[in-house]
Amino acid sequence: MKVPQSAVAGRPACSNPRHILMKGVFQIMTRYVVKRILLAIVSVLVICAITFFAMNAIPGGPFNSEKALSEATKAVLMERYNLDKPVPVQFVLYMRNLLHGDFGVSLKTGRDISGTLFSCFKVSARLGATAAVCAVACGIVLGSLAALFRNRLIDRVIVFFTTLFTAMPSFVFATFLMLVFCITLKWLPVWDASNKSLILPVIALMAYPMAYVTRLTKTSMLDSLGQDYIRTARAKGVPMVKVIFKHALRNALIPVITYVGPMLAYILTGSLVVENIFTIGGLGQQFVKSISNRDYPMIMATTIFLAVVMVICNLLSDIAYKIVDPRITLD
Amino acid sequence: MEETKVNPLSLQIDPALFEPATDEEKRQADVMSESTTFFKDGMRKLMKNPLAVGSIIVLLLVVLTITIAPLVVPYTYSDIIRVNGKRDRGNKNLSAFEYSEKEQEFIDQGGKVFPHIMGTDSLGRDYFIRVVYGARISLTVGLFASILVLIIGVIYGSIAGYAGGRADLIMMRIVDIIYSLPDMLIIILLATVLQPILENTSNPLINALGTNMICIFIVFGLLYWVGMARLVRGQILTIKNNDYVLAARSIGAKPAHIIRKHIIPNCISVIIITTALQIPSAIFTESFLSFIGMGVNAPMPSLGSLANSAREGLQTYPMQLVYPAVLIVLIVLAFNLLGDGLRDAFDPKLRSK
Repeated sequence: MKVPQSAVAGRPACSNPRHILMKGVFQIMTRYVVKRILLAIVSVLVICAITFFAMNAIPGGPFNSEKALSEATKAVLMERYNLDKPVPVQFVLYMRNLLHGDFGVSLKTGRDISGTLFSCFKVSARLGATAAVCAVACGIVLGSLAALFRNRLIDRVIVFFTTLFTAMPSFVFATFLMLVFCITLKWLPVWDASNKSLILPVIALMAYPMAYVTRLTKTSMLDSLGQDYIRTARAKGVPMVKVIFKHALRNALIPVITYVGPMLAYILTGSLVVENIFTIGGLGQQFVKSISNRDYPMIMATTIFLAVVMVICNLLSDIAYKIVDPRITLD
Repeated sequence: MEETKVNPLSLQIDPALFEPATDEEKRQADVMSESTTFFKDGMRKLMKNPLAVGSIIVLLLVVLTITIAPLVVPYTYSDIIRVNGKRDRGNKNLSAFEYSEKEQEFIDQGGKVFPHIMGTDSLGRDYFIRVVYGARISLTVGLFASILVLIIGVIYGSIAGYAGGRADLIMMRIVDIIYSLPDMLIIILLATVLQPILENTSNPLINALGTNMICIFIVFGLLYWVGMARLVRGQILTIKNNDYVLAARSIGAKPAHIIRKHIIPNCISVIIITTALQIPSAIFTESFLSFIGMGVNAPMPSLGSLANSAREGLQTYPMQLVYPAVLIVLIVLAFNLLGDGLRDAFDPKLRSK
């Protein structure tokens, strides 16, 4: 793994105590990273296994529900899709196909799933990335404001809205946005497939993560503003703005990094409903559609795909956290 | 007077040297605050927190309404309203406290029609009673799912924490793996799979609750307990090194007895706080599942499915969305604030600060 090296290596090799310390940290870090990657791989395998065996447990084969097929046709189809083999063999074959990027064929459309999956993911990724960036940016600004103006009006307002947003499911917020801005105020046209604007979907998706980031930033900012080094910096005459940006905020942002993984997971699942409400043809809408269609290969592929994305996000955010703050005990 | 020989080292006290305390002095010596128990002290702190008290009142009102309303309102959540036993085609999508033409006619003739407090839905069912039943379902799911999480998490966590060593290592690796699974996806997946499996059974319990409800519970039982298990294990690891545990063990107490009598009571406040915060997340999950059409079986309403079906008529009947949505937000908000209040009042770690 390259990540820890970039953080630690690149220093001239010398035998001062600092170097020895960094070497020790590097070793611990490598062990941690290896452990986390192993755990991530196991998680992905478990997800694949759960998905596969769960789908196999559903009564009725894929060719039972449609028009009655002759025995011969059925046998040919079964052989073509490897359904005549024992379940463990099927699992191994499925996993091998997955590794080659082959997710199978949709039962409803008959098309190759991987094509649909990737084209949909592009749409979702654009929406999700915008929401994630906006959520983190707004959350940090609002959280810092709330901490700096503690117990003043601005803090109260921010706390009120963050509490409200954490209690509001994304689908409620999304429909409310549509109700207010599209129907009551008529500022924006009612959503349909032709509407390419992402304003409302992004707001709906980012509300909860933003509120969470705001809370996190506020607590850690208050914590770091109370530290001795802030007082030292102020005492030696560093201007307040510089103290805030250089000393307080930098340290306050560390806990936010841990939330990035869960936040991306939240945004991915949140997009299931938000995409449906605003009819954005992304992965989320595809997923919900395949559930109502009972299109099992599609459900399987989407679940595995989204799960892998989430596991990778979590892994990266965990590793980044350890690199940024080496004080954190490496379990 | 004969002078007695006083031993300077004697502890005998001459009462004549003392004077009685005045009333004011006695009052000063009184204990400043009455002695309280942990629970009483926590409750006192909780009652001082206006947000927590407010959310308790809101929750009590909601619970009272959803218990009493079905007894008072003569409609049911699944039956289309009839006027005087006859079908009424004009009673769809009424707004609050509005009567349909036939109902108005019937009232003019001297009949009595119970008002539709929140109007009716697109099939002509009373919306208020549907929202009430929706809230019932959501709260029930939230409560029972949290209890399920509590039981499994506490048992698993205390076994792992108390056993320690290799058992702990293996058990915690399992927890790690489950923790890293994306829960919402697995829920959706399991719900899709369990539905056709459970549909074919003739178990009366499953039929009574509906397959989707069972799915939600199974999923909670399988996935959501890991957070609780981690928490309990962490608590136990610190508590089990206390001397009283050693004392109990040395007189031959069995592990199960020690966990029950000595360890669990010491971390009960943390467990209760976590459970209180688990309820809103369970309600969230349930409404999310209902919203994407995997929640409770129709015609049984839940707040999520009501919000979902209100989307179709959003332009014309926005209030049908507003009622369930506001109720979800209110319930979740109340539980969140109550959980925060409980933590401030009962968490021993915060209290020492």
